[in-house]
Amino acid sequence: MEVLAILIPVSLGLGALGLLAFTWSMKASQYDDPTGDAARILRDDYDKAPAPSADEGGGPNP
Amino acid sequence: MTAVDFEQGGGMACPGCALAPTIVTRANGQAVAGSTEEVILALPGVHCAACISTVERGLMALGGIADARVNLTMKRARIRHDGSRTVEDLIAALDALGYEALPLDMVALSSTENDRIGRELLMRLGVSFFAMMNIMLLSVAVWSGAADATRDLFHLISGAIALPTVIFAGQPFFLSAWASLRAGRLGMDVPISLAIILASSISVYETFHSGHHAYFDAAVMLTFFLLGGRYLDHRTRAVARSAAQELAALEVPRAMLLRDGVEEMVSVSSLTAGDLVIIRPGGRVPVDGVVTEGASEVDRSLLTGESLPVVTGPGQTVSAGEVNLTGRLTLRVTAAGRDTSLARMADLVAIAEEARNKYTSLADRAARAYSPLVHLLSFSAFGVWMWITGGDVRFAINISAAVLIITCPCALGLAVPAVVTAASGKLFRAGLLIKSGTALERLALVDTVVFDKTGTLTMGRPEVMNLPDISPDAQFVAATLAAISSHPLAQAIADAVQDRADVQDIHEVPGFGVEGMWQGQQVRLGRAGWVGAEPGEVTATWLRIGANAPVPFTFADRLRPGAQTLVAGLIAQGMDVHLVSGDVPGAVGDLASRLGIAQWQAEVLPAEKAAFVTDLVGSGRHVLMVGDGLNDTGALAAASVSVSPASALDAARVASDIVLMGQDIAPVSDALRIARQSVKRIRENFAISFGYNIVAVPLALVGLATPLLAALAMSISSITVTLNALRLK
Repeated sequence: MEVLAILIPVSLGLGALGLLAFTWSMKASQYDDPTGDAARILRDDYDKAPAPSADEGGGPNP
Repeated sequence: MTAVDFEQGGGMACPGCALAPTIVTRANGQAVAGSTEEVILALPGVHCAACISTVERGLMALGGIADARVNLTMKRARIRHDGSRTVEDLIAALDALGYEALPLDMVALSSTENDRIGRELLMRLGVSFFAMMNIMLLSVAVWSGAADATRDLFHLISGAIALPTVIFAGQPFFLSAWASLRAGRLGMDVPISLAIILASSISVYETFHSGHHAYFDAAVMLTFFLLGGRYLDHRTRAVARSAAQELAALEVPRAMLLRDGVEEMVSVSSLTAGDLVIIRPGGRVPVDGVVTEGASEVDRSLLTGESLPVVTGPGQTVSAGEVNLTGRLTLRVTAAGRDTSLARMADLVAIAEEARNKYTSLADRAARAYSPLVHLLSFSAFGVWMWITGGDVRFAINISAAVLIITCPCALGLAVPAVVTAASGKLFRAGLLIKSGTALERLALVDTVVFDKTGTLTMGRPEVMNLPDISPDAQFVAATLAAISSHPLAQAIADAVQDRADVQDIHEVPGFGVEGMWQGQQVRLGRAGWVGAEPGEVTATWLRIGANAPVPFTFADRLRPGAQTLVAGLIAQGMDVHLVSGDVPGAVGDLASRLGIAQWQAEVLPAEKAAFVTDLVGSGRHVLMVGDGLNDTGALAAASVSVSPASALDAARVASDIVLMGQDIAPVSDALRIARQSVKRIRENFAISFGYNIVAVPLALVGLATPLLAALAMSISSITVTLNALRLK
């Protein structure tokens, strides 16, 4: 049962990590346009080079 | 996010798909310096990746655009430009690409506020999800037999995660429960809050006393599922409400004031009675007034429903909201702002809307019946077990908490929002915005449909009916003359005939028509009296070449696309269809027979229109009113449920529950079908959640409910209800 002393903190740590990732995605406006983002990956605009401006960077969209 | 988000509007033809570009160039070098202005346009037609590319690239190619980004979820484009482009330029450019665009009012843009609430809900949802997963992990160990110290440790850790989560994520429920208690009502949130708080507190007590059952997982799971319902509800309403409200007002905010012979642009709100105002051809009249100078024709269709322009000259009165067509007019202001007939018309709406608000949604009715029942059940369980066990408070509280958790309207909280989200997603893609939360339910009951004519069933634009009867020469001459006028009848001729004749000396005589010289003869196109013809029944404009007999061009208002299908569909569904218009009997009767509407009325005043609808509603009918003009606003507000096209006046859109974003009116029949289906699904969902309760509540009452059973009942019923909602076709 000693293994629990390791496993429980690990599982809680992973959960916290997930929560952290979620918090980031919320702050970075990842949920503003789910349909559009799903469609955008199909475009071939940036196949060769990334977007030059901040326009595709998912900056805050007030 | 629900699955509806990821569905594409399958098989829809879109202009972007047709010209999906293969060569990719992006105008990336255009760094636009200086100040930038932001414009948000609604784009009801975008729906795929190619649409995004076409719109964004098309806009960037205009020049002066710093950034253009399409939001496919909201069907909007956010454009930042350097101020050299007007909104009209952008709309025209998008129109050329094949996309209808509507400006959204930046000032009224309340989406920041909506966004904040939505984000907060989503954050709480996320936090409770992660807490639920972690607690569940520990709970599974307890369920599968962890005992003694291990169980207590697991309960302790669960509690350490659950308590902060419940305090943070449960706030929306606690606040709303507190508010409803203070107002003396038992809302759905009261049993929810009670269940969450009771479950958490007895679990804390049990944990410290080495109890077997702790309900931390149930408390957090309850919070999660209910927040899910709350978020869906919020999102549906926020998206629709903001878009419908933000459609920019059509009313002109500025006017050309004539002061001591000098023209000056001023804000309409600064005008007072007695000021002189100039209205250019094509401009909308901002105030009520009397014409002092000039002759012209005004289009009153939005105010009265008359499809034909009215001649006006010195001494005639004009009202705010009318459009000046052919000549320049000078007005002496008689009323401005709140006193105008336009503003008075809007007051009709306020009166009628009070009646509308009496509708109680299915969810409210369910909650009203359910909440007292739940409390009663839980308290009597407590009392009965106190009596049976002879005063074992701990056991009795455990039972009553279990009853509260099991009966807690988890599935009930999802039953309505899940269906409404699925339905409004479907309707949104069909080009309909649902503004009101109960609109779908009211729509499902509709048995009578009342249509307005001008601008609703018709485009408010006439088209030439007798072109084949007219000699080519006459057609060409007429089209050449017509091309210089902005009168709607002239524009219709110019649009219908492509070829032009060689006509000299063309000039417009405001209020009468256009004249010129062709092959040495005088040619005139205009009013019957002016060219020497007898005015007839049908809407017509006349052409006279030299001394020949005048030739009539007869007109009928162009049908809105989908009008024929819609009316035929409604009649086939057994609906009672009425056509009520402010226009003349000839035009209304003609349209009614074209569409097969048997019941029609013409020359109806706005107040009579509202009264007609009120009477229908009073006689027990469920009336759907479809209209666009100011003369319809009273009727729109009085009807059980109302639809207006996006091109409608602001007041009409505000008064209606559903806004039609595209030109095509046929989706209204989809809306009826989907509404009926959604109400069916909502009822099924209620039945499902009650069904689970009927099985689980007796178990809880006799004390057989374990945390495992509570978790199972809660998650299975919630998932069933959500899946049922997604069956919506």
